[in-house]
Amino acid sequence: MKFRLPVAYVALTIIFISGFAARDAVSAGPKPKPGQSEFEARGEYLTTMGDCIACHTVRGGKPFAGGLELPTPFGKLYAPNITPDFETGIGGWTSEEFWRAMHQGRRRDGSFLYPAFPFNNYTKVTREDVNAIYAYLLSLEPVNNPNRKNEMRFPFNQRELLVGWRTLYFREGEFKPDPKESAEWNRGAYLVDGLGHCNACHANRNLLGAVAEDDVSGGLIPVQNWFAPSLDSHTETGLGGWELDEIVELLKTGVSDRAAVFGPMTPVVAHSLQYATDSDLRAMAVYLKTQAERAPPPGPTQMKPGVARITQLMTKGKEIYDKLCIDCHKENGKGVPRAYPHLAGNRSILMEFPINPIRMTLVGGFPPSTKGNPRPYGMPPFGHVLNDEEVASVVTYIRRSWGNKAHPVSPSEVNNARGVPID
Amino acid sequence: MISTLDALGARRFGGIEPVDCCTNARPRDWRCVFPVIFAVTLAAGIWPVHAQSAKQNTAPDTIEQRLLACAMCHGEQGEGLRGNEYYPRLAGKPAGYLFNQLYRFRETYRKHEMMSYMLRFLSDDYLREMAEYYSRLRPPYPPPTSAPEDLLSRGKKLATKGDPSREIPACTACHGEKLTGMEPAIPGLIGLRLRYISSQMGAWKTGGREAHSPDCMGQIASRLTADDISAISAWLAAQPASSDTLPLPANSLKLPMKCGGVQ
Repeated sequence: MKFRLPVAYVALTIIFISGFAARDAVSAGPKPKPGQSEFEARGEYLTTMGDCIACHTVRGGKPFAGGLELPTPFGKLYAPNITPDFETGIGGWTSEEFWRAMHQGRRRDGSFLYPAFPFNNYTKVTREDVNAIYAYLLSLEPVNNPNRKNEMRFPFNQRELLVGWRTLYFREGEFKPDPKESAEWNRGAYLVDGLGHCNACHANRNLLGAVAEDDVSGGLIPVQNWFAPSLDSHTETGLGGWELDEIVELLKTGVSDRAAVFGPMTPVVAHSLQYATDSDLRAMAVYLKTQAERAPPPGPTQMKPGVARITQLMTKGKEIYDKLCIDCHKENGKGVPRAYPHLAGNRSILMEFPINPIRMTLVGGFPPSTKGNPRPYGMPPFGHVLNDEEVASVVTYIRRSWGNKAHPVSPSEVNNARGVPID
Repeated sequence: MISTLDALGARRFGGIEPVDCCTNARPRDWRCVFPVIFAVTLAAGIWPVHAQSAKQNTAPDTIEQRLLACAMCHGEQGEGLRGNEYYPRLAGKPAGYLFNQLYRFRETYRKHEMMSYMLRFLSDDYLREMAEYYSRLRPPYPPPTSAPEDLLSRGKKLATKGDPSREIPACTACHGEKLTGMEPAIPGLIGLRLRYISSQMGAWKTGGREAHSPDCMGQIASRLTADDISAISAWLAAQPASSDTLPLPANSLKLPMKCGGVQ
């Protein structure tokens, strides 16, 4: 009799906790909207995780109706309409044809899709998940919006030649869980390397625009000219030193105590990751933290300025910092958590490619409005008040103060970054 | 969830005698430890919230602090940048007008790369808060600029009388005699610089700027010549701000033509 009551309390406590957990799982998971089946709701969640809307929608246009220009180093592509319009969308597609596009990177007629569509990631998505995405897309309002003809340069306009690219770089196949790892790790790997297609940006593309399948070692995003940092455990620039909660918070709200998202990561959080369940975000963080260190991609050839020149840049840089930056980022470069990212030890600032801190100084910006951070603090653009020498000075200053030890930046690097379209 | 738990509890633990731990003299009794664990488990969920609010290093939770990014160009009080004529005054314009502009920049209907970039991923609610914030500010107006007399007289005639023969209404017909605009969405025209006004009218004339349909400003601008625009801009920029700078209350003017987005 003595032990019955404790047992009862243990049981009650467990039930209570798991009750909370179960409620969280249900409330955070996809809830069908009125008129939507559970399968379609699941498809909607997966479509959000795949961030399909980012490419398949033009600004101010109907969602998924396509038409967005995707500039590549090989010419221009236009994202197609994936609403269920019979004539111009995928209304006439069978689920088999949709699966073939996602899994094999083939168009409806069987010819090859350009790898701007990240089928080398999507091939890992399970058949059931692809079917759910298909069911969701077919449940949308059809939009009649004819697809625009791609403008790829010769020889890249010859789709048949993609057979070579596919032989070299495409490995067809669903995600195979690693039995040595936890279910959480495997879920993270499935999302990061599959639907999330993180390495579409976070890896260095080779001359033919290809990336290794689980490479997340960072790279310069072609045309957009932001540098997507490595996500592996590299001690200086990777996620190795981050707490799981910090990674989850950044992905969910766009800001964390350490950082704020900017550049092309802003839409990823705005359209996709803020809607991810906490358990999925955590799984992604768990997986990312175990990624092996890879050699960072080679940086640009650095000028090697003399000591006098560096001192000159640093002196001028401090002057500007004390005038324009210090109120928010503080004298010690530590900033203010969730409002103004710290600059001391900040991976984005210290990377060998200095393009991110240069462009942030030039254009500023806001992290996205998210549920967890609806009214973000912003950073002003300084490109119109600072000249190239001044930007180079202040960026050199933040890259080499408070224990930071990155290369100085030259005015010509700043000048190169000025011509890049910002929006 | 609670009712399910209650039901479960009633079914599985019904009949268990409650243990009074507050008065129980044996604190190490198992029966007393578990409620504590129970309570700690619950409290753990609440704890981090307190831990966070105790943080010293926080940014002021004010809209002006959040919008310092805008102050670089539009001034700390939304007065527009002195010395650079292009950045317009935001302060005191009706919130509906400001929201329309923020929304249209975000959706790229109104073209300005930097504005579209800054606003791109901000919510409607946040844009509305920004608009209301700037509409409440009352910084002093800049001194008016001067212009040649003949330009001013031509500008004044067009701005205050219009030109009925060309179906051009007076600026004052919609923007008010004191040019302060009208709630909720017609902007004031005082405190703006010549270059900003003329470039906006030019943009409307060439289709670079549009408003909600029916786009009355677009129609008016299409009837103006480049010289008309120069004259009107010069006269508007030369007007001193009156002490009464508030936009007129809604519906205080009967608009001479149909305009979208101003109700």
